[in-house]
Amino acid sequence: MQNYDSSDRYLKNLDDGNREIALTTDDLHVAYGTHEAIHGVSLGFERFKITALIGASGSGKSTYLRSLNRMNDNIAGTKVTGKIMYRGLDINGDNIDVYEMRKHIGMVFQQPNPFAKSIYENITFALKRHGEKRKDVLDEAVERTLKQAGLWKQVKDDLHQSALALSGGQQQRLCIARAIAMKPDILLLDEPASVLDPVSTATVEDTLMELKKDYTIIIVTHNMQQAGRISDYTAFFHLGDALEYDETRKIFTRPKIKATEDYVSGHFG
Amino acid sequence: MTARKWDKVATTVLYLISIFIIFVLAFLLLYILISGLPHVSWHFITGRSSSFEAGGGIGVQLFNSIYLLVLAMIISVPLSLGAGIYLSEYAPKNWVTSLIRNAIEVLSSLPSVVVGLFGFLVFSINFKFGFSILSGALALTVFNLPLLTRKVEDSLQAIHYTQREAGYALGLSRWETVIHVVVPAALPGIITGMILGMGRIFGEAAALIYTAGQSSPPLDFSNWNPMYIASPLNPMRSAETLAVHIWKINSEGIIPDATQVSAASSAVLVLFVLLLNLAARYVGNRLYGRLTGVKERK
Repeated sequence: MQNYDSSDRYLKNLDDGNREIALTTDDLHVAYGTHEAIHGVSLGFERFKITALIGASGSGKSTYLRSLNRMNDNIAGTKVTGKIMYRGLDINGDNIDVYEMRKHIGMVFQQPNPFAKSIYENITFALKRHGEKRKDVLDEAVERTLKQAGLWKQVKDDLHQSALALSGGQQQRLCIARAIAMKPDILLLDEPASVLDPVSTATVEDTLMELKKDYTIIIVTHNMQQAGRISDYTAFFHLGDALEYDETRKIFTRPKIKATEDYVSGHFG
Repeated sequence: MTARKWDKVATTVLYLISIFIIFVLAFLLLYILISGLPHVSWHFITGRSSSFEAGGGIGVQLFNSIYLLVLAMIISVPLSLGAGIYLSEYAPKNWVTSLIRNAIEVLSSLPSVVVGLFGFLVFSINFKFGFSILSGALALTVFNLPLLTRKVEDSLQAIHYTQREAGYALGLSRWETVIHVVVPAALPGIITGMILGMGRIFGEAAALIYTAGQSSPPLDFSNWNPMYIASPLNPMRSAETLAVHIWKINSEGIIPDATQVSAASSAVLVLFVLLLNLAARYVGNRLYGRLTGVKERK
């Protein structure tokens, strides 16, 4: 792989008072044991926009994303240092109720992972665990989220069927519906379309464009066309650093950094 | 030979091996049933066994077997679930837990006669439980617990990590995720393990000879108070189970119809284990369906 100067970077500062910022990270480091995977990334994410995190495999974009709602906490030997500011609160602090925080920052994973439960239960299960018992509220949540995820028409008569009987694309949309049923502020998506066929991918992308009205979305993707199609901002990751962060159309048309230019034009490595 | 031909040869050999195994199993099963079933009657299943004359039954032994099975499962199911959940979901990876895993491995292959003698020394003699259902149930727990724990751990481990992440990402705690997501999804495997354990317990003789004893006191089936000395439910009484009965009449039985009684007892034992399997499988599927909303098993 060609060596790029990692001190050569352009990170647009969105926190200039003109926009609402949903989440920022300040000098975020992630280390697995002695290996540091993220070397201090500072980015701010605008509210009600889609931000794409792109970069080659091993660039640390997924690791970074998983740190934002502290999913890395569950991996033994992982140490995340630095600040993650959300609503004026450093959610990387020790005194944070991680479970409460994850209700506000939801996540959808690479592999569709519906529970081995009915479609209805998949969406209402966590709500019930968090104390919502009113049937009309739960019914409403199921209908609303399935509509938002573009799945309602296909499954409305089979709500009590197993979610495992759905196709991969449907399962992923169910997972999105499940995540937004918690009414999170921010939705993190870790390559949500990487295992889907083009038709399902298009549907998931439409879903995300629709969801951006109500949610701040941060999405990791390997697919640069996808980043170009749906995102407002793009961050380019390389070997554990964010090298460039800018509006998506600038990243794809006039990147300021050589590494970004090579990556988006396919001359990378 | 070509790859295609080798494939055919290998397939044929595998088929033959499978057929051979099925044949052996079917032969055993049919032999036991054909030689035993003609002697099975309602009187035989419910009647009392006789010491000297022909025509005795196995009512008490059957009751003892079932009672011991239930007691042993009441003790070992919660313990194995707890231990299995801990090992799979909570235990850190270090030398202590790997020692525990190795110990479980070794214990699960312990000969049952060793478990019986251990139970005799510890429960019957040391704890002064004597030859009792309690000693027997505890010995069966020692015998069964390692396998059940292994099975629970394996079943939980088979559930993909992404299922747990899905729970965490929705703001659920590890405990909630384990109990409401992972365990229900692992239930078919856990239940299969429990059934196998039940079958093992029901057919076990060596571990019981020195712990539950080889005879039963006169029982009063009209008094079910466990504290009453002649109550069938009294856990401190000795109890000869069906499997021990079969062993006993074959080794030292002096009843004239010993062969028939032993054959019929074996048939009843095999049938009971079979019924146990079917029932538990049915219940397991129903439970899995209720907990997961999955109508048909994939």
